[in-house]
Amino acid sequence: MDYLNALVAFLNFVFVPGLAYGAQLAIGALGVTLIYGILRFSNFAHGDTMAFGTAMTIIGTNALLALGITFGPLPTALLALPFGIGATILLVLFTDWLVYKFYRDQKAKPVILVIVSMGVMFVMNGVVRFIIGVRDIRFADGERFLITAREFKDMTGLREGLAIKTTQAITVVVALIAMALLFWFLNKTRTGKSMRAFSDNEDLALLSGINPDWVVKVTWMIVAALATTAGVLYGLDKSFKAFTYFQLLLPIFAAAIVGGLGNPLGAIAGGFVIAFSEVTITYAWKKVLVYLMPESLEPDGLVQLMSTDYKFAVSFAILIIVLLFKPTGLFKGQSV
Amino acid sequence: MNDPFLIGDAMTGGYGKGPDILHGCTIAAEKGEIAVIVGPNGAGKSTAMKALFGMLNVNSGSVRLDGEDITALSPQERVVKGMGFVPQTSNIFTSMTVEENLEMGAFIRRDDFSDTMTQIYDLFPILKEKRNQAAGELSGGQRQQVAVGRALMTQPKVLMLDEPTAGVSPIVMDELFDRIIEVARTGIPILMVEQNARQALEIADKAYVLVQGRNAHTGTGKELLADEEVRRSFLGG
Repeated sequence: MDYLNALVAFLNFVFVPGLAYGAQLAIGALGVTLIYGILRFSNFAHGDTMAFGTAMTIIGTNALLALGITFGPLPTALLALPFGIGATILLVLFTDWLVYKFYRDQKAKPVILVIVSMGVMFVMNGVVRFIIGVRDIRFADGERFLITAREFKDMTGLREGLAIKTTQAITVVVALIAMALLFWFLNKTRTGKSMRAFSDNEDLALLSGINPDWVVKVTWMIVAALATTAGVLYGLDKSFKAFTYFQLLLPIFAAAIVGGLGNPLGAIAGGFVIAFSEVTITYAWKKVLVYLMPESLEPDGLVQLMSTDYKFAVSFAILIIVLLFKPTGLFKGQSV
Repeated sequence: MNDPFLIGDAMTGGYGKGPDILHGCTIAAEKGEIAVIVGPNGAGKSTAMKALFGMLNVNSGSVRLDGEDITALSPQERVVKGMGFVPQTSNIFTSMTVEENLEMGAFIRRDDFSDTMTQIYDLFPILKEKRNQAAGELSGGQRQQVAVGRALMTQPKVLMLDEPTAGVSPIVMDELFDRIIEVARTGIPILMVEQNARQALEIADKAYVLVQGRNAHTGTGKELLADEEVRRSFLGG
């Protein structure tokens, strides 16, 4: 038995990818949960908002590269991120002014807003494909690995290697910064507190003189920043494809609901719950188990519970279990 | 005769396009006084207060604050004019701490409001103790204190309370009434709607008995307590 190699294999194939994916889902779910808490509807256009932000960032990256500007060992996309966020803020504020404001003024029921957001989703989806195309785009440049499997093996002499991609490290670091900024904003600033108050009790917030238009605007701006960041991190780590981002909607919603809709802390926890469930259930455990079991018991098969093609089924199953048994989510959220 | 500080004069109106609930109802609050609205269920007590605060359509009659006609203003604009309102339910931000609740109460103020907060903590010492606790975790009586404290943060010129003692135990109710009297002593006129008619009339300088959206009896609290008809109809003999 060889615990050390088993641990390294586990870290390399399950923990590190799960952590990065979880961080991406968490930032995406934060956007969904903020919209739900403050504008009071499930925003189905969130995946495509992420796609739009990423597309804009890719265009920005290409422009920077054409000018000969790079970010050294880090991906140039990080330099273009503020541009992507800015463009996305303009898009969501425009969408809000053009579409959502009308329904808000009518005091439309949340279910109507959900359907409206589906319409917005289709439009954004089309816009993104029109601008950047439908193909797979890789836009990560700079240093590919923080540490490669070979380097790790040479360093430690173990049979298993632990590779950490630069994009994975960046994802975790950027996610931590984004979360810290968001929580600081929500808990310490006047505007942030007024957003929480508005989410908690809209009527009383209005009585206290909180300006609903401003709260809605700031919420959209924060959501655009979070969506773009999540999209760019996901795209750097894997690749950008408009259709994939549309599909990300499911794990992101699952994360927000598992954590408790409207609760930012829950969204983060939910992101990691979903990511680790997906990775652990679709991972072929044979590689880890061979180190842990005596030779005679070594598994013949891959010990993979489900093929990776079914990873969305995992989100779906968790979503249904949570909705059936704990509709308010793990943390105190609103029930759907 | 001088106008009272806050007066809803011969108000007739109802919610939205629905039928009228108030019919020529007059409610007023004078400086340094506690005015209470009592009456049977469905008499329009809370409706009358909401009319004063601009939460329903007043079709005829007017609302005047310190001599100024504010009938056309929205509730938010009335808060800026100096009216504080504590709704009957959902009157606190449950997920926020006591201190944050008070801060949100002072949202329209751009000046330093730490003095006001100290005053409120002096008035409600329990809130100071629990300032960093989520308001939703407090007991019913403490929540009402948070709600009143929140409304006082704007330093209102008049405070309106919609059934502040609804759903609290008799002991807590007495304590709340004591606090309300203390607030009134600071010079803020108080208008409140009360279910517990007897206790409310005991502390009232001015009392209004409403029946079916109309003024049935008006007088000082003592007068109404002594009034044979009021006793028979509302106070159980």
